[in-house]
Amino acid sequence: MANPNLAGNTSGSLDVHGINTSRDTMLGIMARKFFKNKLAVFGGVFLIVIITAAILAPVIAPYSPSKQNLLLKLQPPNSEHWLGTDRFGRDVFSRLLYGARISLLVGFASVLGSITIGTFLGAVAGYVGGIVDAMIMRFVDVILSIPSIFLLITLVTIFKPGVDKLILIFALLGWTTTARLVRGEFLSLRTREFVLASKTIGTKTMTIIFSHILPNAMGPIIVSATLAVGYVILAESGLSYLGLGIQPPHASWGNMLQDAQNFTILLKSWWYPLAPGLMILMTVICFNFVGDGLRDALDPKINE
Amino acid sequence: MISINEAEKASLEKKSSESLLELIDVKKHFPIKSGFLQKTVGHIKAVDGINLKVNRGETLGIVGESGCGKSTVGRTVIRLYEPTDGKIIFNGKDISHLSESDLRKDVRKNIQMIFQDPFASLNPRKTLRSIIREPLDTHHLLRGKERDEKVENLLEKVGLNASFINRYPHEFSGGQRQRIGIARALALNPELIIADEAVSALDVSIQAQIINLMEDLQEEFGLTYIFISHDLSVVRHISDRVGVMYLGKMMELASKKELYTEPLHPYTQALLSAVPVPRKKGSMAVKRERVILKGELPSPANPPKGCVFHTRCPAAFDLCKQVNPDFKEVKNNHFVACHLYT
Repeated sequence: MANPNLAGNTSGSLDVHGINTSRDTMLGIMARKFFKNKLAVFGGVFLIVIITAAILAPVIAPYSPSKQNLLLKLQPPNSEHWLGTDRFGRDVFSRLLYGARISLLVGFASVLGSITIGTFLGAVAGYVGGIVDAMIMRFVDVILSIPSIFLLITLVTIFKPGVDKLILIFALLGWTTTARLVRGEFLSLRTREFVLASKTIGTKTMTIIFSHILPNAMGPIIVSATLAVGYVILAESGLSYLGLGIQPPHASWGNMLQDAQNFTILLKSWWYPLAPGLMILMTVICFNFVGDGLRDALDPKINE
Repeated sequence: MISINEAEKASLEKKSSESLLELIDVKKHFPIKSGFLQKTVGHIKAVDGINLKVNRGETLGIVGESGCGKSTVGRTVIRLYEPTDGKIIFNGKDISHLSESDLRKDVRKNIQMIFQDPFASLNPRKTLRSIIREPLDTHHLLRGKERDEKVENLLEKVGLNASFINRYPHEFSGGQRQRIGIARALALNPELIIADEAVSALDVSIQAQIINLMEDLQEEFGLTYIFISHDLSVVRHISDRVGVMYLGKMMELASKKELYTEPLHPYTQALLSAVPVPRKKGSMAVKRERVILKGELPSPANPPKGCVFHTRCPAAFDLCKQVNPDFKEVKNNHFVACHLYT
């Protein structure tokens, strides 16, 4: 050993002061920070319940979502139909469960798509820089300048609306904010000393990007993804409400709202629009809570 | 223990007379871009014509104030930057314009760097094991158990407990992190280590520990250091020879003893006069003449004509404003760029 005294000091000091005797992993610290945020935990629990319910919809749902019974239309909540029935006598609770499947599927799938595209293009722009960066970012500006709701309406009128098309459209239009975010992260991380150290070691560029920079940029990416899921669910509901999203008889929270927009229904059967409305509200809010909680948990600069 | 293999040892001895690294008129200019089309409107002349030789096994200190280009010299030598002009000869081979894949073959292994900020130079999401393993993995040197043993060995070499191998950087203090950085730099048995402000971010007592460690390692592995710092006292302690930089140029280069006792260049004299001298209680203060420089460091985008230092030099005369002085050997191994000594 180079200097036994020195070595003795440093190796001993940690244990002497009782610091770090437990193995603090990055993940452990993050989990602890996340669980301290009550709202985020509440949001997380709520989302897990909804997601489980959506997955288990065929098991849980007491009725088929499309089974009509015109004799029992617009029933208020009762022991047979927990959340009442709609205009065609379909069970609102069952439709809500199946609607959750569609809404969450569209939300998760399109965000997965847009995050992948955005992260890849943002990483390339931020790491390579120069002319490549300029071209990608101008392309982002072009995409951002298109009013997305009008493009959506146009596309949906050209092609027959359906779940797959909605996912595709949201994925292809939603990646721009992620690309900007990731580019910013990469711009600042690529000049950090640990990246320079990897370069001086001779580590290959792809390894630097995916093994060193990306894990450090993961926090903002995950946060923006959770927020984006909420946004997409809202947008899908909006489109379905306008009649351009999920087509009946398939249930989605948006087209259930559309179905309920009749004035007499609003006045006399207020529980019907309330159910999908509340679900949209709660889901989006909970995604935002979880997003906030994750942001704080993943940011090493924010202490416990 | 880490062993330098026999063939390397032999070649080391054979080459010991020649210099390990030579910079010939090395320049690094960064373009200043502006406007929509990113047109180049000027250049920051961060390094503007540096000549120096680094001998095998020595420590060359480079000092200068912030923005003089000393870090850029280090980063150009290790080829984080490609020099704009000039040659970098390492081990008799011109590495100034080698491609990244050629650099990876033999240069990267032999030149390593210790960074300034111990909190930024280690990836916060990696354990010590994967941080120190990275150089070994990149160059496919060791595998499995041997590799883990080597990592533990390196940790012990730099004075850390080998059982820390699964911990994360945030669990360590600044000084300990700097040791981890040193262990990573040592992993490839490099010949040259560039220490860019390696102790500037540390407490004074920790600085001493790290410097002692670096000296011990130098002795054990026959390392050559380029020690870049703004701290004249630290450089004086560790270096064999010292170079003084100002605005991208080398002003003076001499052995430590000569430079600190008989500085020739007016800039070096001014720098040295600014170092506080501790005095013993009761004794008289050693009255030194404090040379106070007027003005500010000029912009490296638009350096003064003639000698770059003439705008602040107390001894400047007409010639200094016209002609840039050559960097010449005025005494044995004492180089100065100043018209006073021609």
